[in-house]
Amino acid sequence: MSLKQNLHNLKLKYQGTKMEQTFNALHTFLYMPNNTTHSGAHVRDAADLKRVMNTVIMAMVPVLIFGMFNAGYQYNGQINGFENLAFLSWDNFVVGLEKILPLLIVSYGVGLGIEFIFATVKKHEVEEGYLVTGMLVPLVVPIDLPLWMLAVAVAFGVIIGKELFGGTGMNVLNPALTIRAFLFFNWAAFMSGDKIWVHGAIDGIKKANGVDAISGETVLGTLAANKHVGYSAYDMFMGFIPGSVGETSTFLILLGAAWLLFAGIGSARIMISAVIGALVMGLIFNGIVDAGVITESSKFYSLMHFPFWQHLLIGGIAFGIVFMATDPVTASQTNTGKIIYGFLIGLFSILIRVFNPAYPEGVMMAILLMNVFAPTIDHYVVQANVKRRMKRLKLKTA
Amino acid sequence: MADNKTKEKEPLFSKKNLGLVKDPLADNNPITVQVLGICSALAITAELKAAIIMALSVTFVTAMGNVVISLMRNIIPNSIRIITQLVVAATLVIIVDLTLKAYVPDLAKKLSVFVGLIITNCIIMGRFEAFALGNGPWKSFLDGIGNGLGYGIILVIVGFFRELLGSGKLFGFEVLGNPVDKTGLYALGYHNNGFMLLAPMALITLGLIIGFQRSRNKSLIEETH
Repeated sequence: MSLKQNLHNLKLKYQGTKMEQTFNALHTFLYMPNNTTHSGAHVRDAADLKRVMNTVIMAMVPVLIFGMFNAGYQYNGQINGFENLAFLSWDNFVVGLEKILPLLIVSYGVGLGIEFIFATVKKHEVEEGYLVTGMLVPLVVPIDLPLWMLAVAVAFGVIIGKELFGGTGMNVLNPALTIRAFLFFNWAAFMSGDKIWVHGAIDGIKKANGVDAISGETVLGTLAANKHVGYSAYDMFMGFIPGSVGETSTFLILLGAAWLLFAGIGSARIMISAVIGALVMGLIFNGIVDAGVITESSKFYSLMHFPFWQHLLIGGIAFGIVFMATDPVTASQTNTGKIIYGFLIGLFSILIRVFNPAYPEGVMMAILLMNVFAPTIDHYVVQANVKRRMKRLKLKTA
Repeated sequence: MADNKTKEKEPLFSKKNLGLVKDPLADNNPITVQVLGICSALAITAELKAAIIMALSVTFVTAMGNVVISLMRNIIPNSIRIITQLVVAATLVIIVDLTLKAYVPDLAKKLSVFVGLIITNCIIMGRFEAFALGNGPWKSFLDGIGNGLGYGIILVIVGFFRELLGSGKLFGFEVLGNPVDKTGLYALGYHNNGFMLLAPMALITLGLIIGFQRSRNKSLIEETH
C-alpha cells in the first residue's frame, strides 16, 4: 500500500474523533485534499496554502545550507586562521549542523505542537502558517541561543502574536519577527553585542596569549563601534561574514527572491521599493557626510560614511526584505500600498541602523512598525481611489 | 429624603452593602471590566512592593474621598462639582505623598510621580462622580474600599508575575536564586526575562488577566458589532 493510501486510511479512521484535524493535516501536507467543493466558487487554484508555504521554504533552503557551512567556517577560521580554510568542507558543515539542527527542531516542535493543540481544541484544520515561521526563526537568531529561550519565545510568538488574533491569516505582526523581538527584549545579552554571532564566542574561548579566540562581532557591530571593516564587498555579498544563520549571504537571498518572484508568491513591488527606500536613505546619509556636516569625530561617522549600496549587503536587511516584508498576511494588500509599505521599510531600516548603534539591526523594527501601519496605508489608498472615481463620476454626469 | 428611611433600617453590613465591596473585586473590577486606571497599573507593577503601596494609597484616596464628597454632595453646586472633586482628590493625594516620603522614602522615590498622578486616576474621579455624589457616606466608604481593593488586587497579580519572571524576586527576596552567583534556577541556565520589566509585557499580562476573567464569566464579554 502506498503512503498516500495509508495516510488516507488513517484520516478516515480518525474522522469524527478528536484527532481528526491532526491526521487531516498530515494527509494534506503531502497530497492534494481529495474532497470537492460543494457550494460557492468551484474554480480553485491548485496552489493552496500548504503549497505556497512549501514554495517559500524551498527558497530558504539554500540560505540554510549556506548558513551551516558559514557557521563552521567562521568558527574554524577564527580558531585556526582563514588562510588555508576551504569554505565548502565537511568540517565546517558539521559544526553548523550541530548547532542549527537543534534550533530548527525546537522551533518546529514547539510551534507546530501549539498549532496542533489549538486546532484540536478549537476543531479547525491545522493552519499552515507556521511552516514558514518555523523555518525563518532559526535563520534570524544567534547560533548559540539557548534552546529553552527559543522555545519560550516561539510559544509566545505563536500564542500571543498569532493565535490570540485568530490564527494564520489574522495576525497583525509577522510571527517570526514577533518571536525575534521577544527574544531581543527579553534576553538582550543573548541577542545583541559582539559575543554572539559566531559559535563559541559567548563561551569566551581564549587563545594562548589570553585574547578572545573568537569575536562574534558582525560588520554592523564594527561600524557602530566606529571601527574599520576588514571585509571586502565581495565577501559581504557572498556571505563569508559573521552573522545570524540566514542573513549573511545576500547572493543566495537574491536567488531565493528570484524563486519567490518566479513562483508568483513574493511581491516584487515590496522588494523593489524596499531596496529603493534603503538606497535613498543611504544616499542621504552619504550626502550628509560629503557635505561635511558629520565629521570623523561623530559616533555616527562610520555608519553614515559606509557606501550606501553596501548597506544592503550587511546585516539582515536583505533577508528581511525578501522573506519577511513580503509576508502576504502582514503586508499592505493594495498595489500602491505595497510600494509605500516597502519604501518605508527600507527607509526606516537604515535610519534605525544608523541612529541607534546600541541596536544595530533596524530591519526587524522597521518591518514590525510597518506591519502595524499596513492597514492604515491600505485604508488611505482605498479612500484615495474612491475619491478619484467619485470625481470622475461627477465630471461625467455634470 | 426617602433614601434616609430605608438606610436607617439597613444593617451596616447588609448583603447589599457587602456587595459594594465585593463587586469591584471581581465582576465589576475597575481595571479588568471597566478598563480604568490602566496607566498606573502598567507603570508601577514591576515590583510587588511598589504595587502594594500604590494599591493602598489609591484605596485610601478613593475611600476617604468618597466619604468627603458624599458628605458634601448636597451643597456642591452642580456646575463646579468636577473642580471640587479634584480639590478633594488632590488634598488626599498630597497627604499620601507626604506620608510616604516621611516613612518610606526609598519606595516613595521609586513611585516618583505616580503617587502624584493618583489625582488623575480615572477610577477616583469615576467613583466620586458616579457613586459618592448620589449615596450616603457609609455606602460611599464601602464603595471606595471596594474599588480601591479591586484596583489593588489586579496590581498585585500583575506585579507578582512581573517581579517573579522579570527579576526573579518577590518583595525583593531572591526566590529563584541569585543570578550572579548562579544558584537555584540560575544554575540550570535560567535567565531573567527582561521584557517583563518593560511596560508592553505589563499590558500583555493585563490583557491575559482580562481574557482569563472573561473566559470564566461569559456575561462580561462585550457584544461585538
